[in-house]
Amino acid sequence: MTAAGGPILSLRSVTKRFTQKVDLAGKIANSLGAKVRETVVQAVSDVDLDIAEGEVVGLVGESGCGKSTLGRIVAGIMPQTTGTMTWRGKDVGAMHGSERRAWQLAVQMIFQDPYASLNPRLRVSEIVGEAPRVHGLVSRGAQGKYVADMLDQVGLDGAYATRYPHQFSGGQRQRIGIARALAVKPSFIVCDEAVAALDVSIQAQVLNLFMELRQRLGLTYLFISHNLAVVEHLSDRVAIMYLGRIVEVARAEELFARPNHPYTQALLAEVPTLDAARRTYKPISGELPSPLDPPPGCAFHPRCPHAFDRCKAERPALKEVAPGHISACHLNG
Amino acid sequence: MSKATTSTPSVTPTLSVRNLRTHFFTKEGVAKAVDGVDFDVAPGEILGLVGESGSGKTVTGFSILGLIDPPGRIVEGSSIKVGGEELTTASPQRLRAIRGAEVAMIFQDPMMTLNPVLRVDTQMIETVQAHLNVGRAEALARARAALVQVGIASPDERLRSYPHQFSGGMRQRVAIAIALLHKPKLIVADEPTTALDVTIQGQILYEAQRLCRDSGTSMIWVTHDLAVVAGLADRIAVMYAGRIVETGRTADVIERPLHPYTKGLIGSVPSQNTRGHKLTQIPGMTPSLLKLPPGCSFKARCPIAIDKCNTMPDLVEHRPGHFARCWRAGEAAAA
Repeated sequence: MTAAGGPILSLRSVTKRFTQKVDLAGKIANSLGAKVRETVVQAVSDVDLDIAEGEVVGLVGESGCGKSTLGRIVAGIMPQTTGTMTWRGKDVGAMHGSERRAWQLAVQMIFQDPYASLNPRLRVSEIVGEAPRVHGLVSRGAQGKYVADMLDQVGLDGAYATRYPHQFSGGQRQRIGIARALAVKPSFIVCDEAVAALDVSIQAQVLNLFMELRQRLGLTYLFISHNLAVVEHLSDRVAIMYLGRIVEVARAEELFARPNHPYTQALLAEVPTLDAARRTYKPISGELPSPLDPPPGCAFHPRCPHAFDRCKAERPALKEVAPGHISACHLNG
Repeated sequence: MSKATTSTPSVTPTLSVRNLRTHFFTKEGVAKAVDGVDFDVAPGEILGLVGESGSGKTVTGFSILGLIDPPGRIVEGSSIKVGGEELTTASPQRLRAIRGAEVAMIFQDPMMTLNPVLRVDTQMIETVQAHLNVGRAEALARARAALVQVGIASPDERLRSYPHQFSGGMRQRVAIAIALLHKPKLIVADEPTTALDVTIQGQILYEAQRLCRDSGTSMIWVTHDLAVVAGLADRIAVMYAGRIVETGRTADVIERPLHPYTKGLIGSVPSQNTRGHKLTQIPGMTPSLLKLPPGCSFKARCPIAIDKCNTMPDLVEHRPGHFARCWRAGEAAAA
């Protein structure tokens, strides 16, 4: 969309539904005349997104908006219900064999919780070295050297390879998670709230590491976060998600300078900044509605200060409001 | 430890903490989680207590409420006065009477406050009747008023619900409402918005600010996020390894920080000004409290450390009301 050449990854009308089937108790209740039905959560609805090679795209939203689900779909951990995802111009759903494996290795994920995402019973040498060995990137004999290189790349001493995860601090563990993702030589990394659990000073170290690795290895990132300050610092382009849909996409400078969607404006107004001027908080009212029962029309209308009749009836489509800046709001006409 | 005090003169402080030392006597040794902390909070004032994990900020908050469990204890010579009354030597009965009525706490996780198997009205009535001899109807009316005060819509319906029927932000509001029930003089809020989304955090900050302004309640807002307290607190105290390293009015601390640690913290907050640049990073990590080096605890990570830093500096007033614990306070980082 922005860089020359086709996008490295593109999503078209990607939708993810989670269905809870009627259980036994429900079936019995139904036979007695109750009307228990399947509950369907549409976690991600109709998402279109292109990510160019070498780009950092920030994906922002509140908890429950579907940003992590979208990240998992992109990382190939979870298939979409409908829609297509293409990787370097090829439909991922149609990939088989070595082609599919190449895609799986090329897209790696870094998780939020450095405590939960590392196997506590494996040594670092195995956590980082297992995948490249299994995939034949490195021989068993060379694994030690390879792991040491990977650890060095993320700023950890190679001698730590014999330790277990519990012997590290949170920031160090996150570095191990990064080393594990890098070990299979990916070109695309999905970071799901990768710095949310870290202290501010450690967060700065890890963010700097992300920037450095991007330059050194030419990585593309999908950076998922609820922290707008972090996203603004890191991203080239930002997508804002609300209740399963992308409501605004723009280049980072543009989005932070001229937010178009009322939700984006509200989010930006809430970001705590290092501005000592005592401010009066004017919060947007209400909370994210349940995705089980999304409001009709524009999902944001119950909280929107500008909502009018059309918003309650008709869902706004994403429209270009400036070059490369799209937003889904009826206020744009 | 230091002779400096950080009080705003002429007002009797709601809370006055002197030489607070809370140590944990573990098998591995004595962890001095809080080691000589002094501060005051004036009526209606919000103090932002900022620090990273392990800095002692939460233990300071817990000490004020007498919530330190063995192997930890408040070491003799410490003083915590609320409205002039000494809490460190108070009897358990007296402490129980004070907790909830005069000093209340809001925890990071509202489920620490709320009992999952009781309805909200049951819990709130219990809290009211714990300190006041009132009937059920009167207690319920107070509970309802507290929920309205924190901006909960349809309070009657909410009172009849269980905590699991609430969203995270709503639970935190209920926890705040419970803290408000007895119109306490002081509320200790321990990272109450860390687990919440920005929009909900904005709502909670808004309620907190309104509350202190309207009712004269003092508040200690414990957080690791300088940006949160920058717009909220009147004064900020920065803690590192169990000690306050810098304290002063919010504008002074944020705009003209004296201590290299505060400078580092401010530099590590990402914002639009830092786009495309490297963030200032503080090398290394917080030292283990079990084996703190002699002298300034920050010297191993400090860009401007000198030999003198092997002796612990005092908390010294460098500008009116602006204190720092550093030999080279205010000097530009050479790094």
